[in-house]
Amino acid sequence: MVFRQAKWNEPLIFEIDGNGRIGHIVPEPDEVVRRIVGGINIPEKIKRKKPPSLPRVSEVEVVRHYTRLTQMSYGVDTGPVPLGSCTMKYNPRIGFEAAYDPRITWLHPLQDEDTVQGLLKLLYLLQKWLANITGMDKCTLHPAAGAHGELTGMLITRKYHDLRGQLNVKKEIIVPDSAHGTNPASASMAGFTVVEVPSGSDGNIDVEALKTVVSEKTAGLMITNPSTLGLFEENIAEIEELIHNVDGLLYYDGANLNGIMGYTRPGDMGFDIAHINIHKTFGSPHGGGGPGAGPVCVKDRVVDEDKGVRLGDLLPGYIVEYDEDNDKYYLLGPGKHSIGLLKAFFGNIGPLVWGFTYILMLGAKGLRLVTEQAVLNTNYFASKIRKVKGFSIPYGEKRPRKHEVVVSAEKLYEETGVSALDVAKGLLDAGFYAPTIYFPLIVREALMTEFTESETLENIDRYVERLREISETAYTNPEEARKWPINTSVGRIDEVKANHPKTMAPTWRIYLEKMGK
Amino acid sequence: MGPHPWIPNSTDEYRRIIMEELGIRSIDELFRDIPEKFRIKRDEWDELEIGFKEPISEYEAWRFIDESLSMNKKLKTIPFLGGGVYPHYVPAVVKHILMRGEFLTSYTPYQAEISVGLMQALFEYQSLMAELLDMDIVNASMYDWGSATGEAFLMSLRVKHGRRKIIIPHTMNPFHRRVAETYLYPHNVSLVEVGVTEKGTVDISELEEKIDGETAAVYLQNPNFLGFIEEDAATIGDIAHKHGALFIMGVYPLSLGFLEAPGNLGADIVVGEGQPLGLYPSFGGPLLGIFAIRNDRKLIRQMPGRLIGLTTTKDGKERAFAMILQTREQHIRREKATSNICTNEALSAIASAVYLSLLGPDGLKKLAETNYYHAHYAEKKLSSLEGVETRIYSGEFFNEFPVRFDDTGREYYEIHKRLLVKGIHGGIYLGNYYSELGESALYAFTEMHTHRDIDLLVDALKDVLSG
Repeated sequence: MVFRQAKWNEPLIFEIDGNGRIGHIVPEPDEVVRRIVGGINIPEKIKRKKPPSLPRVSEVEVVRHYTRLTQMSYGVDTGPVPLGSCTMKYNPRIGFEAAYDPRITWLHPLQDEDTVQGLLKLLYLLQKWLANITGMDKCTLHPAAGAHGELTGMLITRKYHDLRGQLNVKKEIIVPDSAHGTNPASASMAGFTVVEVPSGSDGNIDVEALKTVVSEKTAGLMITNPSTLGLFEENIAEIEELIHNVDGLLYYDGANLNGIMGYTRPGDMGFDIAHINIHKTFGSPHGGGGPGAGPVCVKDRVVDEDKGVRLGDLLPGYIVEYDEDNDKYYLLGPGKHSIGLLKAFFGNIGPLVWGFTYILMLGAKGLRLVTEQAVLNTNYFASKIRKVKGFSIPYGEKRPRKHEVVVSAEKLYEETGVSALDVAKGLLDAGFYAPTIYFPLIVREALMTEFTESETLENIDRYVERLREISETAYTNPEEARKWPINTSVGRIDEVKANHPKTMAPTWRIYLEKMGK
Repeated sequence: MGPHPWIPNSTDEYRRIIMEELGIRSIDELFRDIPEKFRIKRDEWDELEIGFKEPISEYEAWRFIDESLSMNKKLKTIPFLGGGVYPHYVPAVVKHILMRGEFLTSYTPYQAEISVGLMQALFEYQSLMAELLDMDIVNASMYDWGSATGEAFLMSLRVKHGRRKIIIPHTMNPFHRRVAETYLYPHNVSLVEVGVTEKGTVDISELEEKIDGETAAVYLQNPNFLGFIEEDAATIGDIAHKHGALFIMGVYPLSLGFLEAPGNLGADIVVGEGQPLGLYPSFGGPLLGIFAIRNDRKLIRQMPGRLIGLTTTKDGKERAFAMILQTREQHIRREKATSNICTNEALSAIASAVYLSLLGPDGLKKLAETNYYHAHYAEKKLSSLEGVETRIYSGEFFNEFPVRFDDTGREYYEIHKRLLVKGIHGGIYLGNYYSELGESALYAFTEMHTHRDIDLLVDALKDVLSG
């Protein structure tokens, strides 16, 4: 299979700048309005003195420019994007149609509830479906991304201990060493100290080690299950008991939910709080880094018996409620005990409606099929790649994987000098996106691979075949591997120049300044 | 269950091939490590209310959504609502670029060589926004203005280590304030409020009384939540700096078509809402959090969010891009990161880049002027209504202003509901945030509220108030 990515040497939009061209006709006030207003009266000291140095280009040029840039990009629509823990599945286009329906896009967030009943109905159902999928009691659709959901969860944890008068004691959040980087970062943003706990050789959390760090200081524990190794945490019952015994809360990072739907639920495993990545599990696109949506669901357990406060009361944002008597949907919150708002308005409606559409079309049975096929694909790939020289699958070697598998190229690297990075570049050259590399940190030369249910068997076979070719090249002509990629728009990037204070250019104006222009 | 169009290996034949390779007879064997007591039974799961339980066709799904959305009320004009999110026309080109699958369905560009186009688009967003703000560095986006403000406040505490006070104006957007309070909740910080003058702008003498050596930052929103232009922004920045505090500005970027850029007013950090630049209001999301700083090493190190930098290929021959300063970010720095942000609003940022490219400096200025004209026309017309007060404050405003109905003898809620019956959606009721303003509402006007639309509003209000 031959792959050649487009290569346009496309200038920056600033460099296309034409003489007085315009890209859009802006509506102007009519004569009556002009006459009645009489003119613009802005105090001199706050008037803009110099117009912004934006380019002047025609509509045609704008369309061509950005179209060319898309041709030098790569998404699920182009081919497999097996980035582990990112769940890069196909994004059904019906979701776009729904999310971009003008009856949604033109709604203002502060519109009267009576005028948005249709949208509220969809959101109400989505809340309910997500609660059922996760086995939790109550959900907020407010957070804008997975990490935003984690921050929400950690702030709820903080508030929980605060309301119980335990905040002076509850200072630590436990996070496994295989966790996503966002977990410790979120815990830390919520004012907690992070305590790391190691994984055993079977890929499970080392329960003995966990016992040594759990104490009355433990505010909670954050885990993904299945873990970033793609393994189901077999000791979850014991972990749950340990944490709950010291009145810690159990937080479920839903990034890997694609591996368990229809088989188990965070709520059934004893988790108190869970976030969901709509842009991973439920088919809304990643958009090159967002927008996503990170709803958070909780078990409605008691926080303060006397005051009648429950965990659901702590949820941020606005919850959609349904008044059956009047057949009316309405928004509630943020209430007295809520942690408040994490963004100004409701939530990321576009991705939420896309996710709604995804669940609507699949239903409970379809979602279980999603999980089954994702898990079949993962294990098929794992079985094939095991047989390729230089690659191995560390941790719980005999155990089945769920949504993803972490392949190690350590042996390849040691024997040939060809690293996980080189392997990734070799995959690009064959027209594939690379897996997530060098993560999780506990696996050397890691290639964290997640095909999802969307990938065809033929593509997985081709992918393995390409890895076999890469291995062969590594053992016969390792120097060649360092030249990869050669079929992409550009070759390897100078990261040092990109980051060096003398040459770093985060904007065009700084670049020009550094070039002395 | 038969095969599904989104799941290519869901046919019997493909499942057989895979299971043969794995040497298993039942898919269940792949889930045997889930303890029995945590397993949900098949029939129990199948009965849960999740979608319609069974897969349905795309047409059935579309009918369901279409019929649901028809429950939304059709209005005669776009609502006269602002308060941080505004209805602005989105050129068709913007949506069509966003629909391109290579952007839409891509991930964060971890593999730069195959994603150079996406990175260039994000770099262009950063660069175009920098020009509009007259700031040096802009990150690749935050969730929205509110969360960007929360992050800016947290950043000011890191930069001004040990200081525990942030000064905010009474006219800061109350939703953003609520978000900032949530972000600051774990930290021992006091938000100190400064009131307004009769102009509706920040009371500078009160600011001077309240600022001290404990102050990490002074925040100024321009135009402020009530729509007034903070003409003394530069003076406020000077006062902040005199006390060693950071000056953080929050902006409505479209107003910068004719208002002075924050970079020229002494801002150290700028936050704002990019939604007016090419994004739909969409019931409040996705939006686009703007986050910008001056080129200062201390600020750069503490900045949250992703940054794309211009560089070359290793051989130095070709222009290329890279994610830079990643050592600030969570995937490298974990609990020591400047923020936990990972997924942001990249596609929104690209929408803004396309929008700014289309409008250029002249289009942006004209559009700001149109907004100004429409709002001022509305002010003149509304002021002619009996008992309606449009100049509660004397300051100059951009495209929204508070309207007081106290002298009509009616509650705003009643006026609002009666307007709705006529197919008109009025402004934001202010009583919940500014009780001193009585029965007032904040009305916003953009280029989408034409002369005719405004007349419809005025006539409807006249009817409501006389009825």
